[in-house]
Amino acid sequence: MAYLDHAATTPMLPEAIEAMTAHLAVTGNASSLHAAGRRARRTVEEGREALAAALGARPSEVVLTSGGTEADNLAVKGLYWSRRAADPRRTRVLASPVEHHAVLDAVDWLAGHEGAEVEYLPVDAYGRVHPEALREAIARDPESVALATVMWANNEIGTVMPVRALADAAAEFGVPLHADAVQAVGQLPVDFAASGLAAMTVSGHKIGGPYGIGALLLGREHTPVPVLHGGGQERHVRSGTLDVPAVAAFAVAARLATAGQETFAREIGALRDALVTAVRTAVPDAVLGGDPDGRLPANAHFTFPGCEGDSLLLLLDAAGIACSTGSACTAGIAQPSHVLLATGTDPDLARGTLRFSLGHTSTEDDVKAVAEAIGPAVERARTAGLS
Amino acid sequence: MTQTPRPLRVLAAMSGGVDSAVAAARAVEAGHDVTGVHLALSANPQSFRTGARGCCTIEDSRDARRAADVIGIPFYVWDLAERFRADVVDDFVAEYEAGRTPNPCLRCNEKIKFAALLDKALALGFDAVCTGHYATVVLNEDGTRELHRASDMAKDQSYVLGVLDEQQLAHAMFPLGDTLTTKDEIRAEAERRGLAVAKKPDSHDICFIADGDTQGFLATRLGRAEGDIVDETGAKLGTHEGAYGFTIGQRKGLRIGHPAADGKPRYVLDISPVNNTVTVGPAESLDVTALTAIKPRWCGTAPAGPGRYTAQLRAHGGETEVSAALEDGELRVTFDEPVRGVAPGQAIVLYDGTRVVGSATIATTVRRTATAPA
Repeated sequence: MAYLDHAATTPMLPEAIEAMTAHLAVTGNASSLHAAGRRARRTVEEGREALAAALGARPSEVVLTSGGTEADNLAVKGLYWSRRAADPRRTRVLASPVEHHAVLDAVDWLAGHEGAEVEYLPVDAYGRVHPEALREAIARDPESVALATVMWANNEIGTVMPVRALADAAAEFGVPLHADAVQAVGQLPVDFAASGLAAMTVSGHKIGGPYGIGALLLGREHTPVPVLHGGGQERHVRSGTLDVPAVAAFAVAARLATAGQETFAREIGALRDALVTAVRTAVPDAVLGGDPDGRLPANAHFTFPGCEGDSLLLLLDAAGIACSTGSACTAGIAQPSHVLLATGTDPDLARGTLRFSLGHTSTEDDVKAVAEAIGPAVERARTAGLS
Repeated sequence: MTQTPRPLRVLAAMSGGVDSAVAAARAVEAGHDVTGVHLALSANPQSFRTGARGCCTIEDSRDARRAADVIGIPFYVWDLAERFRADVVDDFVAEYEAGRTPNPCLRCNEKIKFAALLDKALALGFDAVCTGHYATVVLNEDGTRELHRASDMAKDQSYVLGVLDEQQLAHAMFPLGDTLTTKDEIRAEAERRGLAVAKKPDSHDICFIADGDTQGFLATRLGRAEGDIVDETGAKLGTHEGAYGFTIGQRKGLRIGHPAADGKPRYVLDISPVNNTVTVGPAESLDVTALTAIKPRWCGTAPAGPGRYTAQLRAHGGETEVSAALEDGELRVTFDEPVRGVAPGQAIVLYDGTRVVGSATIATTVRRTATAPA
């Protein structure tokens, strides 16, 4: 099987599995005071330190969560609530329209239930938010902005955002900027301190760590209102007993992913370029989505005119190739991607997308499999048409 | 019937119910390369199943996915809501508005499962669409196909498949058709196969009417329009809130204040959408001796001349002996014995023994006492 859906989840690294399994057999609640608790706490804190070191943060800035979705929710809702509590005028939320649903739906919820005025920032044809656009949106009424949120790199089309410049624009007005960096870690240099961000979301299972763990890197001056109340763990921002084995494994994965980032990006980028060439050779009218240059090195996103992405998925699945349409689905039904629609893509065209995302187990054989299967699959899917 | 079975690429339509799940599993067991697909037929599906419906909620979609995972086949959800609305739901409403009584399941088989779905399946390289219907496809020596009743008459669903032509039959697979087992045994088979839908209740009602309230469903689409309820002489007996709310042969819910002169119960005899009038009368007046039916569809070649058949007039109805002939593209049917409760809009399916000959939509009926226009 050619597994080309690493952006959905990527196999755990052997070292992470080793760390995880080693700690599964050890008892201890990291909040307990006795010896077992102290041992667990030591594992957690060493993991936190490793995560901080890998991501350019201080250990106290690492708030462990159950994953990317929770971290996004905590950042968006928590910062909205705390900033509005400090000044009731702050009800504007500025967001890119190409965010992951974990951000988008949280923002929509604030609009529907908490009186937030959501403003979607303009993006270019590559789905990129320009710093001037953010600056302009804030400057219209700086006092009313609760927060801004723009992802580091887009999970569907791979476009990388100018994070530092966006953070600078926000900082001019003292507005906190959050970035979902789930797809960026391991593929791009990610340094929280250097980014100027107020908050940043990372996830375990996208970088070779376990499922069910992630973190919100959170500047120490920010105290979001918790989404989860309870025992007061994680700076009282995120309660819940810590998953010690997962923290240990997440830390190992983060260390390896960031240490090997440069090499990985170079090698996987070359493989990705070969895949792009192969697809374009087989299907000359395939359109590469996102920025051809400033993109995630492991991402290849295509639109195939006249095809339904679902049909392509079925045909490639039958040919042993695992990929994704890239867009979210409702009850299993593919919807035209909100990302493509935001970039101004025609809605019919937006239904015919495929995202190939490579990862640490990808090989030239995977690319070869796509090169052989994609032509006939597209031809067949075109016959089936857009129903 | 002696062709060596070859493995086919089969698309199994999986509603989330037990029949279609077992059908898919049997297709796999027969050596075919099977992919499951659940049809999303509602633009705004309900999250959870309510009442006896069993195919159109997100929960049903999950049940189908779960079954596909256990069977070990790929599974997709295809959005056919727009086609379903246009070809089945709108047609259903329009038929009632015209005073007729449609069967949306036949329409769905004709236009959705063995048309929209089948066309897409064939285009994507599949050979056949498999469903959990109880009916049998027989392959003749000359390569032609026949549709027959299921081995077990009690479960037979060939009536709702009577709209399929030979081209559609050529790509249809009904793995449950030759089952001589009870529904309990199908459930036991599902249980044995590890399918969690084994205990799921059967669905009975119209899938797109979530609460089972057909009158309410029609009222929201057609509005309420008060009209007269009259007897056969035209004398007004009461009022109603919309002629579409009635079905020929209906006895309950007429809300006529006083009893008939002869004390006998009264039934709906006619529905006239033009003047929004419902005519009621005694049971004898329901007796239909002949009918004409339009839009005939044949499971194979059309009969050359008049013939003797058995006919079925509703999904769970009995058989009745008829003479039928095709004249000017319309089917003229004469019943050996009068039948009751025949409504324009219903399908008449003709059988020759167990073989489905074809079907047509009832347009007009001939009463022993009077002629009922459509």
